[in-house]
Amino acid sequence: MSEIAVHHGLSLNRINAMVLRYWYLLLSSWPRLLELVYWPALQIITWGFLQNYISQTSGFFAQAGGTLIGAVILWDILFRGQLGFSISFLEEMWARNLGNLMMSPLKPIEFLISLMIMSVIRLAIGVIPMTLLAFFFFGFNFYAIGLPLIAFFCNLIFTSWSVGIFASGLVLRNGLGAESIVWTLMFALMPLACIYYPVSVLPHWLQIVAWMLPPTYVFEGMRSLLIDHVFRVDLMVHALVINAVLLVASFSIFLALLRSAKRNGSLLGGGE
Amino acid sequence: MNIEDTIPRKSPASASDPAASAAIDVAHLVKVYKATRAVDDVSFRIARGSITGLLGGNGAGKTTTIAMIMGLVLPTSGRIHVLGFPMPEESAEVLGRMNFESPYVDMPMRLTVRQNLTIFGRLYAVRNLADRIDRLVADLDLRDFIDRANGKLSAGQKTRVALAKALINEPELLLLDEPTASLDPDTADWVRQHLENYRKSHNATILLASHNMLEVERLCDRVIIMKRGKIEDDDSPDRIMARYNRDTLEEVFLDVARGRTRESAT
Repeated sequence: MSEIAVHHGLSLNRINAMVLRYWYLLLSSWPRLLELVYWPALQIITWGFLQNYISQTSGFFAQAGGTLIGAVILWDILFRGQLGFSISFLEEMWARNLGNLMMSPLKPIEFLISLMIMSVIRLAIGVIPMTLLAFFFFGFNFYAIGLPLIAFFCNLIFTSWSVGIFASGLVLRNGLGAESIVWTLMFALMPLACIYYPVSVLPHWLQIVAWMLPPTYVFEGMRSLLIDHVFRVDLMVHALVINAVLLVASFSIFLALLRSAKRNGSLLGGGE
Repeated sequence: MNIEDTIPRKSPASASDPAASAAIDVAHLVKVYKATRAVDDVSFRIARGSITGLLGGNGAGKTTTIAMIMGLVLPTSGRIHVLGFPMPEESAEVLGRMNFESPYVDMPMRLTVRQNLTIFGRLYAVRNLADRIDRLVADLDLRDFIDRANGKLSAGQKTRVALAKALINEPELLLLDEPTASLDPDTADWVRQHLENYRKSHNATILLASHNMLEVERLCDRVIIMKRGKIEDDDSPDRIMARYNRDTLEEVFLDVARGRTRESAT
């Protein structure tokens, strides 16, 4: 697998070139730029009103103010982080440009790092307005979470990259016929990551599965912070360790799928 | 900062090794897709500074052979050396020194020509990139549409842009798949002239797959004819035509495609 050539070191110039490419792409279509803000905004408004309604009728939610809105915003970091990564990758498939990139000196690791950077940029464009809406409409100051927010964010973005790398590898190997994986894979984690309810709600055997997912620790940590006002460092460390394993595993799988794509000639077509 | 810049460059295989002196050295190359043998025990060596045409009908194995040389497709067996380095194992050593143009890949449609060339120039670490782009704009006559989105160009304009991308890093080795497809005769002739000039000025090696026999006759020092994954013939255009007792490569191509042997053709 030495054609992957990780050992030759990284070129920041090539990573910058790819980020510049995606930046140009982003600016070339205002509907796509608007779309980055549109869905998160709708999401926060809908869930914000629901949170208001439940707070008025439930003593628990009145006390645990912001758990729903907080969960919605954190879920969006996870979901939109992965989409931001994967859509930039799909742009190459849609443009039939992968052959140009794979034959250039760009290395897979540099390609993936540029996609990670773009996922953060796209996420910022979508989620920052979302948090401002949450503050102005529903009085929920997301940034008041403070330093724990950094731990939540890092763990969620790492998971989103792992899922993004894995999904991109599948599309690379199987062509655009597998594109739906990009849009749906993260939703498979949704019930198990316990976004809107505690892990204890799940049957015991499913709890074991849930604790294998880093987002579960983040959402438990968020509830602990907002309801009990305790920041659980142990949960964040657990999530970080699992994230490290997932990132290494997803990168290895991506390389294996790239190699398989080269064996099957998929890089020449890229279509369905 | 480029971390890679601090890493010493590897030397190719020994100069006494024929694989090191050739631009491309392919030995017993085989590619099997499920039950199809797309390339079947192909061997050839291409000298530096030459232009070689790879001819053959659809499904002859030309594109797969070029794709394996580029590292886009992994061979089932056999070995490939490019500029003295084994591929794909040492591809990092040579990818910056080669480039390609193929109808199987596109330039990104929503970016302008200048943006595309800027990005590829940076990927190939081209020095004085703005000057290089200006030079390509002048050489390939891109001035009228340099700031237009690639998706809004005519087929001929897109081919010229793809050629500009292929030349952005002044490659020592240029792989071209149907370089003048969809061009009008005047533009196609102009592109051929440009390729000839480029070869002379840079002592570059060019391997091109084409269905245009006139193009191959005019450009190539050597022709490799493929059929059903195998090399059917390999020589200079003149000698191949003489062998088949034909006046044009097109007639030779038809003989090969229709299964007429050299003997029966004569």
